[in-house]
Amino acid sequence: MTSDRLKIPASLDAKAKIEFLAKKTIAMARREVDPYVDIPSRTLSNVTFSKRRKIIEMGDATQRRSLFNLNQARKYMQTLLVARGCTQLLDEQKTTSIRDLYYMSKHTLADGKENTFEGQEESDPIIEDLEVTLGALREELHLFAAKRGSVVGPLTLVDAGDVIDLSRMGSGGWSVPGIVEPETIRFVGHGAKFILLVEKEAVWARLNEDKFWKRHNCILVTGQGQPPRGVRRLLYRMVHELDLPLYVFVDNDPWGYYIHSVVKQGSIGLAFESKRMAVPKARFIGLSSFDPAAYDLSEDVSIRLNDQDRSRAKEILNYEWFKARAWQKEIKNMLSAGVKWELEALSSKGLSFVTEEFLPKKIADRDWI
Amino acid sequence: MAKRVTAETLSRRQREISVSEFFAKNRHLLGFDSLRKALLTTVKEAVDNSLDACEEAGILPEIRVELDAAEGDNRYVVRVTDNGPGIVEAQAPRIFGQLLYGSKFHSLKQSRGQQGIGISAAAMYGQLTTGKPVSIVSRTGPRSSAYSMQVVIDTNTNKPKAVGKKKLDDWDLDHGTRVELELEAQYMKGRQSVEEFLHQVAVANPHATLHYRDPHGAETDYVRGVQSNPVAPSEIKPHPHGVELGVLMKMLQSTRHATISQCLSRDFSRVSPQMAVGLAKRAGIDPKARPNTVVRKAADKLYQALNDSATRIRPPSTDCLSPIGVQELLAGLTRGIRAEFYGVETRRPAVYRGNPFQVEVGLAWGGDLPADDLAKVLRFANRVPLQYLAGSCCITKAVMDVSWRNYGLTQSRGALPSGPLIVLVHLASVWVPFSSESKVAVADYDEIRKEIKLAVQTCGRRLGQYVKRKARARSEARRREVFNLYIEEVVNSVEAITGKDQKLFRDRLLAISRRKTELAGMLEEQDVSTDELEACENVLVVDPNAEALVAEDAEAVATEHLPPPLPVEAERDPGSQLELV
Repeated sequence: MTSDRLKIPASLDAKAKIEFLAKKTIAMARREVDPYVDIPSRTLSNVTFSKRRKIIEMGDATQRRSLFNLNQARKYMQTLLVARGCTQLLDEQKTTSIRDLYYMSKHTLADGKENTFEGQEESDPIIEDLEVTLGALREELHLFAAKRGSVVGPLTLVDAGDVIDLSRMGSGGWSVPGIVEPETIRFVGHGAKFILLVEKEAVWARLNEDKFWKRHNCILVTGQGQPPRGVRRLLYRMVHELDLPLYVFVDNDPWGYYIHSVVKQGSIGLAFESKRMAVPKARFIGLSSFDPAAYDLSEDVSIRLNDQDRSRAKEILNYEWFKARAWQKEIKNMLSAGVKWELEALSSKGLSFVTEEFLPKKIADRDWI
Repeated sequence: MAKRVTAETLSRRQREISVSEFFAKNRHLLGFDSLRKALLTTVKEAVDNSLDACEEAGILPEIRVELDAAEGDNRYVVRVTDNGPGIVEAQAPRIFGQLLYGSKFHSLKQSRGQQGIGISAAAMYGQLTTGKPVSIVSRTGPRSSAYSMQVVIDTNTNKPKAVGKKKLDDWDLDHGTRVELELEAQYMKGRQSVEEFLHQVAVANPHATLHYRDPHGAETDYVRGVQSNPVAPSEIKPHPHGVELGVLMKMLQSTRHATISQCLSRDFSRVSPQMAVGLAKRAGIDPKARPNTVVRKAADKLYQALNDSATRIRPPSTDCLSPIGVQELLAGLTRGIRAEFYGVETRRPAVYRGNPFQVEVGLAWGGDLPADDLAKVLRFANRVPLQYLAGSCCITKAVMDVSWRNYGLTQSRGALPSGPLIVLVHLASVWVPFSSESKVAVADYDEIRKEIKLAVQTCGRRLGQYVKRKARARSEARRREVFNLYIEEVVNSVEAITGKDQKLFRDRLLAISRRKTELAGMLEEQDVSTDELEACENVLVVDPNAEALVAEDAEAVATEHLPPPLPVEAERDPGSQLELV
């Protein structure tokens, strides 16, 4: 059974794309073909690292999801339910969280036993599937994720009509909305020399309290771990529209490396978003596996690598975008040392060591990858 | 220091032990070691004799078994009446009163009894425990009159004595025999009971009609399911490979042939005159020597020559066996067991140690059988149910050897499968190798075990096909359910997206769903089509729903013809799984 791949014309808007999908489905039933959707694969095997553009790009491979396949039927049904929810949002011109969409689409099936979705963790991946299938971004579908991430610094912007001065945000900072497209967020002016993305919120708070951003004229951002799409898109826009360098400051462990890599090149799961989110010029400022020696950190504040750390490190060593000599050296050095370091380890040298000495010296020495 | 006893003193204590005395002290050897077992053994011996007698005489058996509580604790009267050929009056005392008397021990022929111990042992047991002799009524034909007598056994001399001989002018049977004896016994239902025994007899002997009345007066009837007796087994001469040294010597002594070579070629099967001469020479005996002059040493050499692998003796002829038969076995299973699937297999005859044997297997699955218990194994040797020592029986072991998981059943390691399953195994042989004198378990011979296993596997494969097909039908139904459930959601979504009613779309999807779940079933079934399995004459499938209807009708017409449900094993002990039959 070789049917043509279901392709959705890129020229349509999101609502028309969903309608196109529905009509195709009806047509399949009329031709007595099992209804299906072809979903671009969001897997390692379907991404390539573009050496020229230095971002991760999605390949052409798709996975077919059919109604009349017991292993796929449920997900097929869910895909259409999410599409229907998005149509409703678009019709009513409302925007809502992906959690809301989960509740909009959740109900018990006719047999009284099964729910359309058993949890948000079931609906979230379906939303991403629909995004890639339709070639429509989450924002175009009127969806956003729960917001996460904060910014302070010498930057003024307009957020949904309100002018906000990010240098007057107190201790909490400005929280980054789920959607940061120009329709919502516009930059007005800034006095910054660079952007610093900090993995840990606690470290971000430390830097904010010390007014590091004021002394060094930087925009201080945290994504609270792996930055959500809103933060990544905001970083991209700031780098491009304000023409600022971006430094990424993460724990020294495989997960920290990967956070930097997602900001820099994009992620495997959202490879289709790389071109509007990835910042190839992003610089890994620390914590490097060579830093503890260079800055004389005590072994007492290191943590032994566990099996999971080791296997993840070996995994990313093989990723195409970690093949650069500096990265191979960096990761192998961590593995041979057998320890990892959290950002907070820097506090063992004094509370303001990171703001007074470490970061200024790293930047001045251009000690980054 | 103990006083020395002289040989003379000892010799005064040494004397002949009468067989009956021996029996009194070794009753367990013959199946009278417990009160329950005594009752069962007595019924069993009487019924076996009746069936054998009827078949030998070419009469379709109709047997009535009655149990009555007698006066006193644990006293029962067993009465078994058959429509057999009757017993000549002069023979009756010896048949019922002398151990080791009978027609069967000396012949190599498939029969139920083998050793001539059975019924006389029961009579002796009755006499020993109650003091009352066995009573017999018999009539050999319509033109002779019936007689009755009691047979007293002199336990010292092993000699029977007939007392109270009487002519009966009107006996309700034209021919037949009634045995009645009182014995110390215990009546209990359930496992290893008289009921279970008769039920199994009914399964393995579909040509026999059985009537049974328990001590409480409840009647059970099994009406015959086939209208002809099994083909009578023929008698064969012993095969050289099945003869032991002692027997060989005895045969040499008692032969009526004049020379060794004649004796070998005429008293044994498959030995040609030419081969006989060769064998004698190989043993260093003059082929023309008189058989009774052969000394032990020479006999031993002859025995070795017979069993030498270089001596190529053809296997014995196997036409002496009388299997139950495929259709007959199906008839037996269906009249005794309410199941959904029945499969039977009759193997071709084979040989162990010079003895021909043949294995038959029947499976009954589903229906009213308990779904969560271990499978039940019904063991038969020459149509006689074996009810004890299941765990050490070759039959049980062979059934456990089979990988039942291949056939869609569950099975723990080294155990019987579990599920709504009954496995019937029938071993027919001119000489069934029992593992003990009480004839309750088959000894473990590789050849026999292998044949049983092969037969069970053949039946198992057919069952597996059926079980899997059923499971597949169920899973297809479930698949369709799931598809149709999701179709509703898909249609609702598409309606909401397009803003139009999509009835046609829904109908089309439901049609695809129907086609999908049918097609998938057919595609997977290419290995065995439904028709093929049902057309197989070894298989009978009863639609459980249809059967219920039939049963309702039948109930109105002939309630007494309905088979009783299989005995429930209330006292199944989980600790001794191996003992389960």
